[in-house]
Amino acid sequence: MIAVKAHRFWVAAPALALLAGGASANDELIKLSKDPNQWVMPAGDYANTRYSELNKVNKDNAKNLRPLWTFSTGVLRGHEGGPLVIGDIMYIHTPFPNNVFALDLNHNGQILWKYEPKQDPTVIPVMCCDTVNRGVAYGDGKIFLYQADTTLVALDAKTGKELWSVKNGDPKKGETGTSAPHVIKDKVIVGISGGEFGVQAHVTAYNMKDGSKAWRAYSEGPDDQILFDANTTELGKPVGKDSSLKTWQGDQWKIGGGGTWGWISYDPQLNLIYYGSGNPSTWNPVQRPGDNKWSMTIFARNPDTGVAKWVYQMTPHDQWDYDGVNEMILADINVKGQPTKALVHFDRNGFGYTLNRETGALLVAEKYDPKVNWATHVDMRTGRPEVVAQYAPGSKGEDVNYKNVCPAALGSKDQQPAAFSPKTGLFYVPTNHVCMDYEPFKVSYTAGQPYVGATLSMYPPRGDNNLGNFIAWNAGTGKIVWSDPEPFSVWSGALATAGDVVFYGTLEGYLKAVDMQTGKELYKFKTPSGIIGNVNTFTHNGKQYIAVLSGVGGWAGIGMAAGLTKDTDGLGAVGAYKALANYTQLGGVLTVFGLPE
Amino acid sequence: MRVLAPLFGTLAALILGTAHPLAADGEQKPYTVENGKVDKATFNGWRRYTESCLRCHGPDGAGSSYGPDLVDSAKRMSKDEFEDIVINGRTNVTTASENVMPPFGTVEDVVSYLDDIWAYLKARADGVLGRGRPTRIGEQ
Repeated sequence: MIAVKAHRFWVAAPALALLAGGASANDELIKLSKDPNQWVMPAGDYANTRYSELNKVNKDNAKNLRPLWTFSTGVLRGHEGGPLVIGDIMYIHTPFPNNVFALDLNHNGQILWKYEPKQDPTVIPVMCCDTVNRGVAYGDGKIFLYQADTTLVALDAKTGKELWSVKNGDPKKGETGTSAPHVIKDKVIVGISGGEFGVQAHVTAYNMKDGSKAWRAYSEGPDDQILFDANTTELGKPVGKDSSLKTWQGDQWKIGGGGTWGWISYDPQLNLIYYGSGNPSTWNPVQRPGDNKWSMTIFARNPDTGVAKWVYQMTPHDQWDYDGVNEMILADINVKGQPTKALVHFDRNGFGYTLNRETGALLVAEKYDPKVNWATHVDMRTGRPEVVAQYAPGSKGEDVNYKNVCPAALGSKDQQPAAFSPKTGLFYVPTNHVCMDYEPFKVSYTAGQPYVGATLSMYPPRGDNNLGNFIAWNAGTGKIVWSDPEPFSVWSGALATAGDVVFYGTLEGYLKAVDMQTGKELYKFKTPSGIIGNVNTFTHNGKQYIAVLSGVGGWAGIGMAAGLTKDTDGLGAVGAYKALANYTQLGGVLTVFGLPE
Repeated sequence: MRVLAPLFGTLAALILGTAHPLAADGEQKPYTVENGKVDKATFNGWRRYTESCLRCHGPDGAGSSYGPDLVDSAKRMSKDEFEDIVINGRTNVTTASENVMPPFGTVEDVVSYLDDIWAYLKARADGVLGRGRPTRIGEQ
């Protein structure tokens, strides 16, 4: 049955691939992504390493860095994602209304073109946690923008002229776009946000040439919707028929969430893409018994057909909002002494996972924040976490306040991507160090309205004052190598470079450069607003630059930084984040750094 | 001004006639707060607020970088205005702001508990309830 259903996709997909003209764009992108002078995709490369071979800025001269030019985006809200650099042009984007700028690097960032979409503002309040956008993608001479209202638009990279556009979802049902599109082979692949609104989330591939839909794979539902076949495995075993439907009560999967708002990585040799799915809706676990597959899951899919090769559900029956959307970093490393084609993932649930990215075998699962307490460990045979009832909301029913649960709902790390250095073999991870009280209660579902059903209070772990750490992690052994405490959550994507320097931004607004080996601070500069964007690097006329968007917001700006407008109320927990108002205000600015002449 | 203000109040009361002789202090409060603990309705108001309002208006009605401070709004707003805005929504999109309050008129978990949410916000606005999860009367 399953094989027959899935077969339809196997027939359809190659036909579409032929129509779209083969994989030339993929070859172009693979070549471009190997040129360290450019930054052509959100993470710099398909493996999502956020690593650059550039070394003109190194650990000896990083102290001399300085901001060289800046550019205001003219938009106030949270600025996630980061710039792309293709040739002499830098492309930057803004939160809603999702403007795109092409800046001329030959003329100090002069605006070559600006694209300003017209969107219905009723999308604003259905965007959970701010109107963020995580950046644009490039491929085949086009810039792809995935708007808040789920419109995917292709722009001529040279002129900004609109070439095609397609609507991927319906904001009236709470479906919105926040993630960056990813160009893989001849397709543009996008996810969807709305886990807090009861969306049946999916990942969809559009043909780059004309925007026609190639395939769509849901996070939950029948096999022909989730694109599973008889060969789809979890931890080496076939998952069998109706693997998702069996884990939901009735038709709850139709409003099951499992948002796909994170990053997508790609292994051209294995011809697999990797991404994670988010929380099941609602946040009240008592209302949705079962494992709720395949929310909270790592997917490995064929980019041509969408069919899943393997899956691994990290947090069955989520009771904490530990979305599994964080990036999958593909690295060839030693795992427990064995050279391994690994996939490394720092999950919201506080465990750093190392898997074999070819087979989906689970190799390492260890806590990357020692304060994580909701589970004692992950059973390496079953892959399931050993949950501690006291810290598992819903275990004693709803309307009970579960206290001191670590990490908080925003996770030990959110979407802000980590970096991997092949020089050290280590991962550089921006983290949250926050715990919570979580009280689930009964809610009803209304299309396009929040479907949450839990109250939260968040605060630093007992006895600690810092809300974040920037850490170096050994994914082969599952151990922290060094850890730099930060007063606030580190909500910015990291950059590792061959100059033995790692960069990241902080919520107060500092761009920091630290020694890759030791974590020692080499340089910092306070940008105009808190940084929740991702750092990149590139060269122009032979000189190395570091670029980052600042502009505080996102979950950090709403869930926790309410104190931005209010500083008289006192509460230890909120008080900690409230202090952020003493450091920063809203406002989007690009800052470009370099060494003096 | 400080002298004028109470006078103004008295005048207003006179003009409005005698229908509300207890105007300010004798007014029936929509909430009950005893020793810092709240009644069931006010607690439910906090919970429903957290469900449907927090993502824009911040924890505990305190406002965020995204939506206005409702503890402050509830000081000036009448219950009728509050209900009107919650049920019908409000849009204020200009070059300087992009505030969009969606209509909650058909959302069961909001319209069924308008009184409770108002009670919670009023308790916060009147300064008798602090931030965080309120404790229910009778709860340890």
